[in-house]
Order: sequence, then structure tokens, then C-alpha cells
Amino acid sequence: MNVLPFYLEIGSEEIPDWMIVPALNHLQDAFQRWLDANVVGGRVTKVDATPRRLVLHAEGLKARQEDTTEIVMGPPRSAGEGALRGFAKKTGATVDQLQTEVTPKGEYWKFERAVPGRATSDLLGEALPGLILGIPWPKTMYWAGKTGPRWIRPIRWLVALLGDDVVPFEIAGVTSGRESQGHRLLGKDGVIVSAEERRAKIEREIEALVAGKGLRVKPDPDLLHTLVYITEFPTPILGSFEEQYLKLPREVLSTVMRHHQKYFSVESAATGDLAPHFIAVMNTNADPEGLVRHGNERVLRARFNDARFFFDVDQKKKLADRVEDLAHVTFQAKVGSYLEKTRRMIALVKELGGNEHAQRAALLAKADLTTDMVKEFTDLQGVVGGLYAKEQGEPEPVWRAVYDHYKPLSMEDSIPATAESRILALADKLDTLRECFKVGLQPSGSKDPFALRRAAQGVIRILVEGNIALPFAEQGELREFLIDRIRYYFREVRGYRYDEVNAVLASGIRDLPDVAARLEALRAVRPTEDFEPLAASFKRIANILKQANFADAGAIDEKLLEHGPEADLYKEFERVRKTTKTSDYLPALEAIATLRPAVDRFFDKVLVNAQDDGIRRNRLTLLCNLLTEFSAIADFSEIVPSNT
Amino acid sequence: MSAAPKPYYQDTVLRLKSYWAERGCIIQEPYDLEVGAGTMAPETFLRVLGPKEYRVAYVQPSRRPADGRYGENPNRLYKHQQLQVILKPSPADVIDQYLGSLEAIGINLKQHDIKFEEDNWESPTLGAWGIGWQVMLDGMEITQFTYFQQCGGIDLDLVPAELTYGLERLVAFLQNVDSVYDIEWAPGFTYRQVRFEDEKQFSIYNFEVADVATLWKLFDLHEAEGHQLLKDKTIPLAAYDQTLKCSHLFNLLDSRGAISVTERVGVIGRVRRLAVGVAQIWNEREQAEVTA
Repeated sequence: MNVLPFYLEIGSEEIPDWMIVPALNHLQDAFQRWLDANVVGGRVTKVDATPRRLVLHAEGLKARQEDTTEIVMGPPRSAGEGALRGFAKKTGATVDQLQTEVTPKGEYWKFERAVPGRATSDLLGEALPGLILGIPWPKTMYWAGKTGPRWIRPIRWLVALLGDDVVPFEIAGVTSGRESQGHRLLGKDGVIVSAEERRAKIEREIEALVAGKGLRVKPDPDLLHTLVYITEFPTPILGSFEEQYLKLPREVLSTVMRHHQKYFSVESAATGDLAPHFIAVMNTNADPEGLVRHGNERVLRARFNDARFFFDVDQKKKLADRVEDLAHVTFQAKVGSYLEKTRRMIALVKELGGNEHAQRAALLAKADLTTDMVKEFTDLQGVVGGLYAKEQGEPEPVWRAVYDHYKPLSMEDSIPATAESRILALADKLDTLRECFKVGLQPSGSKDPFALRRAAQGVIRILVEGNIALPFAEQGELREFLIDRIRYYFREVRGYRYDEVNAVLASGIRDLPDVAARLEALRAVRPTEDFEPLAASFKRIANILKQANFADAGAIDEKLLEHGPEADLYKEFERVRKTTKTSDYLPALEAIATLRPAVDRFFDKVLVNAQDDGIRRNRLTLLCNLLTEFSAIADFSEIVPSNT
Repeated sequence: MSAAPKPYYQDTVLRLKSYWAERGCIIQEPYDLEVGAGTMAPETFLRVLGPKEYRVAYVQPSRRPADGRYGENPNRLYKHQQLQVILKPSPADVIDQYLGSLEAIGINLKQHDIKFEEDNWESPTLGAWGIGWQVMLDGMEITQFTYFQQCGGIDLDLVPAELTYGLERLVAFLQNVDSVYDIEWAPGFTYRQVRFEDEKQFSIYNFEVADVATLWKLFDLHEAEGHQLLKDKTIPLAAYDQTLKCSHLFNLLDSRGAISVTERVGVIGRVRRLAVGVAQIWNEREQAEVTA
């Protein structure tokens, strides 16, 4: 049977860049499911997009569905002539077209109706409006009146071709055809439909722009992605600004270029310092007269002037004098102002053993929220405070702590570098967590408006990676929430196996560096020969004690010990116990692993449930001591054997 | 740059007005009360409601007290001029028409870079929102383009396109000057000569002089009057003037730093209640007229 290619293009006004890839993925999946469900064959071979068009290619569609039959069951044969005629009438068949079938319930009339396969083009025409309008956008609009369809932006043209023929359908007055539309300014040759080609063009041409000039562009994959999806024909240009603006903080300059103008920053290849240049990406093919470059330079100059204006105005009032103004900045309506938060942070920093510098940094940390610079560039909170503190003569440990106290901003971001900044960052995040939980603002499901998961992850990473042995003392729901994040961190970020994490956490959490050390030792000892069998024995011990409802790790009566495996095990227990009194967990675990032969022999030769109750209890006490003594590092009964 | 003589500020305004007049728009004059944006003039806020078609263009001086900079910042103004266009319903070629308006004021698009970047518009004070873009010309935002969806909390029958040109920026671009004050408004007159005193004096008033107690008193009076007028279901326009007064007083109080963050939401809600009340009455009357 002949098969046909299918091409769909949905032409729209400019779709927000960040929504395009998820929409394409949805369209691809939904269309493939539709092909499969309608047995017309075919595979989606490619999807692609520009801001103004979503494109789908499929191959191997049949022109028609296969013919099939549908069986309609009728009345029992015993129901008589009237029922038979009624059934024939209902199905539109003549009586001689009806057949009978013997079923467990008796003989019934049936009609085998031939269902001719439908033309794929008709099926597509009926289905496409629903498939297109079914793309789940984050925010939709209507454009053809309030009874019209909703989509991300108005749909302006539709191309749908099965083989050479148009698949007819209509959405909001736009009928499908074979004509696409070109680039808004460049026309039909001005569209690079492939996002990969646009990306490659941008990267290639940026390289060419900086080549031989001693410059380099800092890679920025997110910005590149945005630029790929806000252009149909991207062309980078290199612009410049006056060197005097380099006196402004680099962070401010980069933020203006990156977030406000979507420019790449340019650095000196030799020193890594910011160079007085930028890369803008146009949505057109050339700038022969330099007008676009000139326009962008003009805008950037105005932006930098604004930033300099903010900087100068902000210096008129020192951060220290702004702290009281935080009374008017709400942290959270139910929790109170940033002034209150500042006071709690200072107290918490003290409690965490922060020095004078850390306490001073806590006082100043939030004051930048009242500056014009942060009101304009909210992403720079903390950074601006740090830079201003430096400008205003605060000691380096203070300004660095203020600068870094929002870190880590993501899983990839590093934790703050200095002791003071770590304590301040901890105090800030812990305070947020405690206060939000106190007033019932804990995250639920996918909703986490106060970014408490990120705050918790920050706390955990600072404690573990900063090796801060803060006793883990949180209680209630916050404790559960943090334990959940601790599990997540060690499993997903550090790559520990779930049973290792369970085993270590089951032995309690003194502090997080301790948890990390125990996990590391456990991972190291795990592959050794004796470890997993011993873990299995510990599980057995735990079960025995549980069944006996026995939890007494009291004194063992040596006199009651039977000579042989039981007394040997006791000796081994005493021997190993002495060597595990160490905070060096790996040798301790290795020593525990050496118990294996003695434990195995004990279970081979000794019956725990002895007739004599005194002996039985003494044996249980021995096992209980064994379990309790050697479960301080990890609860081995949680370990699931690797290869069974 | 091109060799053509630079268009004066007023030339650009006139060209845009004729361009949109040629496309069937009423050319209106600015509304004669203080407003924060062209959207707040009744020609937009009320006319977008209901099932009747409407097309209008007008310049609206827009006052934003907190944006004042005493005339010292080259790009920030207490009062800037917006050219506002409402096309209700939005025609299918609205973007082409818009791009044509840029050509009409002398921008050769073939030599420039135009991008439409996502920027949805929302005014909590008016209970209004829309979907759209900021239009970027060589990296500068020159127009806010919005498909209105809701106004005064009411879904709109016909979806209007709203184009808001920032005139100072646009003309600074056309005249290639770095400061709006250097714009040549008319032969022999700069923007500075026309508007500098305005910026300076009102920055002083807005930030330093305006009496907070008086502003609150006025706010309460206008609010009460607005609610009083809403009871009479026949004169929503009069009630809307009181709404605009309240909105402007709110902005003034804000620039005086008299509204705490916690109060803010509440005060916005008070203005919105008036706006929503006006929109409902206006909308009901429009719907009734069409069905009658």
C-alpha cells in the first residue's frame, strides 16, 4: 500500500521562547498517539519551531484506514419473529444478512457490519483542531471574541499537507492551505526553521566576531536558548560601550546586559576581566550600515547611566543607616518585616557561634532591599549589599558575607566561601524555614512559593560541604521536611544508594557532617566480602529480637554462656567493641565486618530459644548488645543485599 | 544615519495620528484628568467593554509620581507621553498595520532589528489584564502591544488590540539623542524647554511637599463620592472620574512613601472596587443597548 508523508505548520504571532520546546514535545507525543489510535500508520519524524511557527513532519501514513467489521449482538433466537425484525430494522440490515451465534447463554442473532476504513485526510481534518488547541500552554488568550478558541497567541496561518493534498480544516476563521508565511522583514528566504541550525549559526558567528581580538564570550546556555527561540534568522553583532562604565560593578553591568538586553558579556581572553563590548543577536540577516549596533549601544548607554545614577543615589545613605527602614519592607505578611527578620538573623548567627564580622554582616544583609539598585535589579539582592558594604569601608569578611549570603542559588551553584558567609547564609535560610513552618507556609505538592525546598537544600549543602557540625535539633514537621531533603541530597546529588541512606539515617542524625562521614565509610566497606552477609545476619538478629519482643541490652552473664560458638561470639563482641570506640568510621566498620565468622558459627550451632529461660534471655541479651553496639554508625538491617 | 531631515517630536506625533486616522481611528484628545497610563483614559478603560466596535488613537500624558527624577535623569520622567491606539476588535493583520506605522514615522525596517518579546500587561488597580509583547527596536522597547482580555474584572466580548507607543523614547531614537531633554520638539524648541520645569517642580511636590494627611483626606473624599455616584446606575462616567482621582492620589501617596507594603494591597483594592463598579454599570448599559 502507498504511504504518504504529512506536514503540519501552525503559524502564530510570536510565542514566548520558554514555552516552545515543551509545546513541541507535547504536540509530537499527542500526534503520535493519534496516529496509533486511528491505525493509519506512520511515525512523527521531526518537530521544530521558530517563535512564529510550530512544525511537525510525519512519514508513512496510509491514505485510508483498513476496512474492518463490527459485530452487533441481537435478541436470542428464541425471542421470535417480531424481535428478529426489530433487530434487522435497528441495524439497517435485511433479515437474510443476519446470522446466529451460539453463546453460553443460548443462541443469539447477530449482525456483522462492514465498517469501511475512512480516508486519513478526513480523519486528520476532524482531529487537527483538537490536537492543536489541546497543546497545554502555561497561559492562554482568546483573540477571536470570547466565544473563540484559546491558544498562546493568535493563530494566523495553517499548513497541513498529506502527500501533495491539503488536509482541510479551520480554526477561528483561519483555513488550512499550502502557503506558509516568511520572516516579517526578510520574507520567504528569511526563516531558519531548525532550532539547531539557528543555534549553530549564533555560536559560529559569535566565534567569528571575537576571533583575533583577544576577546571571548562567557558561555550562557540559557541565554542562547532564549535567543534561538526569539529569532527566525539570528545574526549576532558585536557592540561596544565606553570604558568609563567598567567602573560600575561587573555584576551590575552583566545583569543589565543579560537580563535587560539579552546580550552576552564579553571578557578579555587574557585576564577574564569584563571587556567594554557586548554581543547582541538580531532577528535579521545583516546590519550593513551599523544602525542596529548603534541603536543597541545607545540603549545600553542609557541603561548603564541609570545604573550609575542608582549607585550614586544609593551611596547617599549607608547600609547601616538603612536597617531601620526594613521595618517597612515585608518579608511575609504573616511573618513580619525584614527588620524583624534581621533581628532574628543576628541572634541566630550568635547562637551558631558567628564572630563579630558575621554578626555585623547579619545586621547589614537585608539593608540593600531598600536601595534603588535592588529595586531595579532584584536578582542582585545580596550582591549589591556586599558591593555597597565594601564601598562603605566594611571589613572584607563582612562585605563578602553579605555578598554571598543567598548562595547556593541552585544545585549547581557553590556554597559561600568564607566561615562568616556560611554562618550568615545558614542563619538566613534556617530563619526562613522555621518562621514559614511556624505559620503554616510549608510547601505542598508542586507548590513552594517561598522556595523552602531550595532553602533547605542550601542549609544541607552548607552544613555538609562546609563541614559544620551543627546539632540537628529541628522538631516536628520541619524535622520531617528536612530529613526528606537530606535523603534527597545524599541519594540524588551525592549518589548514595537508598538502603545506605536509610541505614545511616536509621541510626540517628547527630549532625550532617557526621551523616556524611558514616555514609562514606559505609560505601567503602560495602563491597568487602564479609559485609553484606554480616548485614543479613544483623537483619536476622533484629527479627529475632522483634519476635521475642526483647530490647534489653543489659549486662551479659558470662557464666551462662555455652562453651564454643556462643562464648566465642561474646569474646569477639568484646574485642571488636574496643576497636569501634572511634570516630573514624571506616576502620570501625571494617572491624565490625570481622564479626562475620563468629556470628555465622553462632547461628549454625546455637539455638537462641533455649529450653532454659535464663540461658535464652542471656542469649537474647548478647544479640541485643551486638545489635545496639554496632548500629551506631548504620542500621545494617536496612541494607538490601546487592546481588541476590 | 539616513540623510532625511530629522522629524521633530510633533512631526512624529502628527504622522502617527494621520496613519491611524487613515486606518479608521477616531483621533481623540488626551483625557483631562491625571492618569498613570493611556489605558486609564475612559477611551480605553470603558470603550473596550461591551460588544460594540471601536477604534481610537490619542496622546495621553501619563503621570507616574514615583518615576520623577527632578529632571536629572536623561530617561526617566514623572510625566511621559503615550500614544495610545485601540483597535476593537483586533484585525487579523494588526501586527502588519503596526509595523506599517513604524515605516510611516521614517523607520526603514529593512535596516533595523524588530523583536516581539513576551510581556503580559496587568493592572491590579483596574482589574484589567492582557497578553502581549514589548516590541523591541534595536534593543529598545518602543511599544507595549496587548491583546486585552479582561477589564474591570469583566471578560471582553471583542478582543481589542492596544498599542502604546512611548513617544519620548521613540523620538529620542529617531533623533539619535541620548537624553529625552535634548529632543527637538518643534523648530527652535527642545523637550527641555517645554517640559523641564514640569519635571523638576512636580518631583519636588511629589517627593517632598505633598501633604500626606491632605492626600489621605482627598482620597477618602473622592472614594466616598465615587461610591455615592455608583449608586445612581446611570452616570458611570462621573463615578469613573472619582476612580481616576483616587488612583492618582494613591500614586502620590506611594511616591511620598506613605503606603507600607502591607497597606498597599488594601489601598489598591479600594481603587479596584470603584473601577469594577464603574465597569459593571458601563458594560450592562452597552450590552442592553445592543440587545434593545
